[in-house]
Amino acid sequence: MKLLRTVAASVVALVLVFPLYWMVVVALSSRRDLLGGRVGVLPSDLTTDNFRRVLEAFPVGTWFGNSVAVSLSVAVLTVVTNLMAGYAFAHLRFRGASPLFVLALGTLVLPVQVIMVALFRLVTELQLYGTYWAVILPTSASALGMFLARQFFLGIPRDLLDAARLDGAGEWRTFSRIVLPNAKPLVAVLFFMSLLSSWNDFAWPLIALKDNELFTLPIGLLYLQGQYGPDYTATMAYALVNVAPMLVLFVIFQRFFVQGFTSSGLR
Amino acid sequence: MRQAARVEARAAYAFVAPTALLLGLFVFLPLAWAVVISFQSTDGFGQGAWIGLDNYARLLGDSRFWRASLNTLVFTVVVTPLSIGLGLAAALLLDAALPARPLFRTVLILPMAVSGVATALVGLLFFDENTGVLNSILASFGLSEPAWQSDGPWAFASVVLVTLWWRVGFNMLIYLTALQGTDPQLHESAMLDGASWVQRLRHVTIPALRPATFFLVIINVIYSFQVFDLVFVLTGGGPEDSTSVLVTYAYEQGFTQRDQGYAAAVGMVLLVATLAFTTLQWRLNRGRDGEA
Repeated sequence: MKLLRTVAASVVALVLVFPLYWMVVVALSSRRDLLGGRVGVLPSDLTTDNFRRVLEAFPVGTWFGNSVAVSLSVAVLTVVTNLMAGYAFAHLRFRGASPLFVLALGTLVLPVQVIMVALFRLVTELQLYGTYWAVILPTSASALGMFLARQFFLGIPRDLLDAARLDGAGEWRTFSRIVLPNAKPLVAVLFFMSLLSSWNDFAWPLIALKDNELFTLPIGLLYLQGQYGPDYTATMAYALVNVAPMLVLFVIFQRFFVQGFTSSGLR
Repeated sequence: MRQAARVEARAAYAFVAPTALLLGLFVFLPLAWAVVISFQSTDGFGQGAWIGLDNYARLLGDSRFWRASLNTLVFTVVVTPLSIGLGLAAALLLDAALPARPLFRTVLILPMAVSGVATALVGLLFFDENTGVLNSILASFGLSEPAWQSDGPWAFASVVLVTLWWRVGFNMLIYLTALQGTDPQLHESAMLDGASWVQRLRHVTIPALRPATFFLVIINVIYSFQVFDLVFVLTGGGPEDSTSVLVTYAYEQGFTQRDQGYAAAVGMVLLVATLAFTTLQWRLNRGRDGEA
C-alpha cells in the first residue's frame, strides 16, 4: 500500500515537474536540434547560445532590474501598510471598524479587469501613465495581507499588549517593539507572497507601461515572443531568466508559506 | 477612560489610513468611475459622450460577447471541480506516510511560483502542432495527434490543461494544511466502528474539510472568471473566439479597439457575476452552518 502510494506520488510529481524540466532542456538546446526533433528527454548537445542571443537582442538586464525595483517596492509598501491595518483591526477599538474591514475584504473578490479601463484613466489623469508608479501604486492596493495579518495578530495575547501599554508605550511603540518582533514568520510570508505576485504580474503592467526601457520581465517575454515567433529555444532561455529567481526563493520560503496559511485560520 | 478610548481610536485610524488610502484611490474610485464610463462612448482620450444604456443594449446583440460569456462559464464549470478534486486527491496522497514527503510537496506546489506568461509559453512549447512535445509523445504511443492550435475544442482543452498544471498545487496546499488540522481521534473512532477508507473519506474527512472547500470554491471560481495571462498568450482567444473569455474580450475592446465605454460595460457584467456568485456561496455556506 505504501509502495503503491509512493509510486502514485512519484508519477504525479514527474508529470508536474516535466514542463519545467523541459523548459530548461529546450533553453539549453540549439534551435536546429529542436526543429529536427533531436532534443530528447536527456539533453545531448548543450549550448548557452540561446542566452547569448537573447541578451544581445534585448535589454534583458534592464528589464530584470525593473522587475526587481518594481516588485521590491510593491512588497515593501503592501506589507508595511497591511501589517499596520491588520494590527488595528485585530487589537484596537475604533468606530466603523467592522464595516471598514468588510469593505476592504470585499476588494479581494473584485477582478482587476473590471476596473482596468478606469484605472488606466486615473493613472493618466494623475500623470503617472508609463511610469513605475503607475505599476507600483495600484498593485500595492491589496487587502489579502491585511486579512492574513489580522488573523495572525489575533493570536497575540492581549495581556502582552496591555503590559506594554501600562509601561507607557504608545501604540506605535507597542506595534514596532512588541508585535512585529513576534511576527517575523508572518512578515516573511507576506513579503514573499507580495513579491511573487508583483514579479509575475502581467495584465496591469501591460496596460500601464509603454516604453520598452521600463518593461518588467513578463512584459518583455511577450514582446520577445512577438519578435521571435515560435523560436522556442530563445523564448525558453528568457523564460528561465524570468522564472528562476522566484523558483529558488520559493523553494527556500515554501516552509514559511505553508505555515503562513496554517496560521491564517483557514482550517 | 473615555480619553484613553479616544487616543486608541485615533491611533487606529492612523494605522488603517495607508491601506484605506491605497484601496480608496486605486480600487473604489476606479470602480465608481468604471460604472460611469460604462454609460459613455469614449476612446479614452478627452471627454466621453453620455449614451445611457446603449453599451449594455449592444451587449445583448453581440455574439462575440455571448461566446466569451459562454466560454468563461464552461471554463469555470470544468476547471473548478477538476482542480479542487485533483487538489484533494494529491493532498490525501501526501497526507499519508510517504518517504520524502517534503520533496513531493515542494514539487507539487512549484508551478505556483511560475508567472502566467511563462506558463503559457511553456504551454505553447508543448501544444505546438509542428514541434510540440505532447503530440510526439502521443504519436510514439500510436495515438492520434489533436490539432491543439487550429481546432477550437482542442485549443480550449489546452487552456484547461495548462490551468490545471498551474492551479492544482495551490488547492492541494490548502487541503493539506486543513488535513493536518483535523482531529485524528475522529478517524480512530471511525476505524474502531469498522468504517472502510471510502466511508471515512465520505463521513469524516470531507465534512472536516468543508471550510477549506468553501474557501477553494470561491477562490477557484473567481480565478476562473478572471483568467487572462494564460489565454492571452497561449491562444489569444482563438481560433475564432473559441477560447475567448470575458476578460480577454474586455481587454481587446478597451485597449485594442479602444472602445473603452463598451469594455467597461463588459467589466460590469463580470462584476455582477462575481458578486452574485460570492453572495450565493456565502448564503449556502451559512445555511449549512445553521443546520449543523
